[in-house]
Amino acid sequence: MDSFNNHKGVVTPLDRSNVDTDQIIPAEYLKRVERNGFGPFLFNDWRKLPDGKPNPDFILNKSFYDIGTVLVSRRNFGSGSSREHAVWALMDHGFKAVVASSFAEIFHKNSFENGLLPVILPDEHISTILDRANAQPGYQLFIDLENCEVSDDHGLHVPFVIHEDSSTHDFRRHTLMNGLDSIGLTLKQENKIDQYEKNN
Amino acid sequence: MSLKTVGNRDLSKKEGQGKMAGKTMFDKIWDSHIVDDPTGEPTLLYVDLHLVHEVTSPQAFEGLRLANRTVRRPDLTIATVDHNVPTTDRDKPIADPISKQQIDTLAQNVEEFDITFYGVHSPEQGIVHVIGPQQGYTQPGKIIVCGDSHTATHGAFGAMAIPLGTSQVEHVLATQCLLQEKPKTMEIRVNGELSKGVSAKDVILGIIGKIGVDGGTGYAIEYTGDVIKNLPMEGRMTICNMSIEAGARIGMIAPDETTFEWLKNRPQVPKGDDFEAVTKEWELLASDSDAEYDEIVEIDAAELEPYITWGTNPGQVLSVKDSIPHPESFSSAEEKESAERALEYMALEPETQLTEIEIDRVFIGSCTNSRITDLRDAAEIVKGYKVSPKVTAMVVPGSTLVKWQAEKEGLDQIFIDSGFEWREAGCSMCLGMNPDILEPHERCASTSNRNFEGRQGKDGRTHLVSPQMAAAAAIEGHFVDVRDWEAKI
Repeated sequence: MDSFNNHKGVVTPLDRSNVDTDQIIPAEYLKRVERNGFGPFLFNDWRKLPDGKPNPDFILNKSFYDIGTVLVSRRNFGSGSSREHAVWALMDHGFKAVVASSFAEIFHKNSFENGLLPVILPDEHISTILDRANAQPGYQLFIDLENCEVSDDHGLHVPFVIHEDSSTHDFRRHTLMNGLDSIGLTLKQENKIDQYEKNN
Repeated sequence: MSLKTVGNRDLSKKEGQGKMAGKTMFDKIWDSHIVDDPTGEPTLLYVDLHLVHEVTSPQAFEGLRLANRTVRRPDLTIATVDHNVPTTDRDKPIADPISKQQIDTLAQNVEEFDITFYGVHSPEQGIVHVIGPQQGYTQPGKIIVCGDSHTATHGAFGAMAIPLGTSQVEHVLATQCLLQEKPKTMEIRVNGELSKGVSAKDVILGIIGKIGVDGGTGYAIEYTGDVIKNLPMEGRMTICNMSIEAGARIGMIAPDETTFEWLKNRPQVPKGDDFEAVTKEWELLASDSDAEYDEIVEIDAAELEPYITWGTNPGQVLSVKDSIPHPESFSSAEEKESAERALEYMALEPETQLTEIEIDRVFIGSCTNSRITDLRDAAEIVKGYKVSPKVTAMVVPGSTLVKWQAEKEGLDQIFIDSGFEWREAGCSMCLGMNPDILEPHERCASTSNRNFEGRQGKDGRTHLVSPQMAAAAAIEGHFVDVRDWEAKI
């Protein structure tokens, strides 16, 4: 996994709560056996009209928002199905981070496993960011994982966490910044696994 | 429905007392599976059973191959195909080439890594959360994982069942362990007695309606109380199954005589004296009487009713007696907007009585409601009646063995005589991944677990209900209060 230190990118605002993984990528497109190639189907049903043409009203089809690398949404982002394809589709499209006021747990874990940064901010800051992004196509956020701060060029400068639990935040920050592979980490404890199996 | 939080655990107080409180079932299972527990890092837990299906596993097996790793414990891993499989014409090749490739890929992977596989023509095939218990792989005290969000189903047996994404599937395949941050615990106590026409599905829909779709986020839920104790295993599975719709990955119920009787003589369960011995161990799993939970929620069964979802998340749910709400009636701007969007998608007007809503399709099936008792409950309603000519209705048993059991009991004929289609086992119309999908704008009474936009097919409109409510709606062509309807018989 690539390491993540900081990222500056254009914001794509998605002002909704409870964005579920069926919206992020509908089940019809989960049939691929590879990890890549899911980007074209990201938010498929919102992004495309019934005839398959782009829906001009959807944010990902609007200029400047289509090149966003920071998706900003609201509460309970990524609820529903465990499909990691949702994270793969977001990353395949080019997103590096998702900013929301809370994340559904399975999506949250899947993000960590793939190096998609889940940034948790209070609602008031989310509202500020959404307002600025809606008003100004091409609006950018700077996300600094080392110092856990989000800032923009208009005076926003706020701390964030990537998990509500502080020790989980610290651990996941460490693994993301170092691009650590969790299977590799666990296999270092192979003697303990052997021991557990012997005792049980 | 009254629901209240009766207290947060005060950890400092607990330590101050100098006396250890009892353990929850969650703690007992967690503690007995710790392989490594370094400070400041997630706990490494040993996994007793890994259930694999075709959708979330191909990239995990590929990852193993790329890293030159193998499956550590193929003997603790079983696989089946359920999400993609068609529910008709099983003797013909699968028409969709990409579905076929995903199914074939699993067949190749289980062969390469020597994993027990219940393929599409196996009599034990079915929805992964139906066949695990059915074959007796699911047992109290186990840690069970699966790359599927409805894995909590197995928690109904007093197991700790955890849903995974594909990276974690790969992690478990390679190490037989799982890195987990310890969740908080929530007891949801359902007191009293369910009235006729109110089912296990209504219990969990009522819970979700009250605590919300993220009310359980960060918690492992234990369902307790007389209502839970009096439910058969199938009903308990229905409740645990939808824990994720309340935001919780883990949902569990203490094992008891009902559990042991249900498991006795299942293929993978110990027999004879071994069964007696293992039962003694299972009896110790229940939470101690002085165990403390981080959160307690109490629900009075007398106030539960048959429920119908009206919106596009499972928390947008109301009693069958209610009418569609005005978006303005919601207190927060977020809920108001969400309701507006949901009503537009669902093509519903405020103040419409839920019982006036006409439906096009009925789906009885899914890992939530496709077990034999679900089919019996639905058959009892439709027996002697005909499905409304406006409605296309189908029953999809959760496994081939459930299907055979239903056929032995003559349930298939009851459904067929009523005008239902009687299908082969699979996930079917719960999710739009196989040929069973809604057409755009079709409205469906469904016993499945998600009413998200497009879940059952692009632009399809889903209302989640119990098997009884779905069955009665199929006959009438619109929703009915199954309690009144039964009285009419």
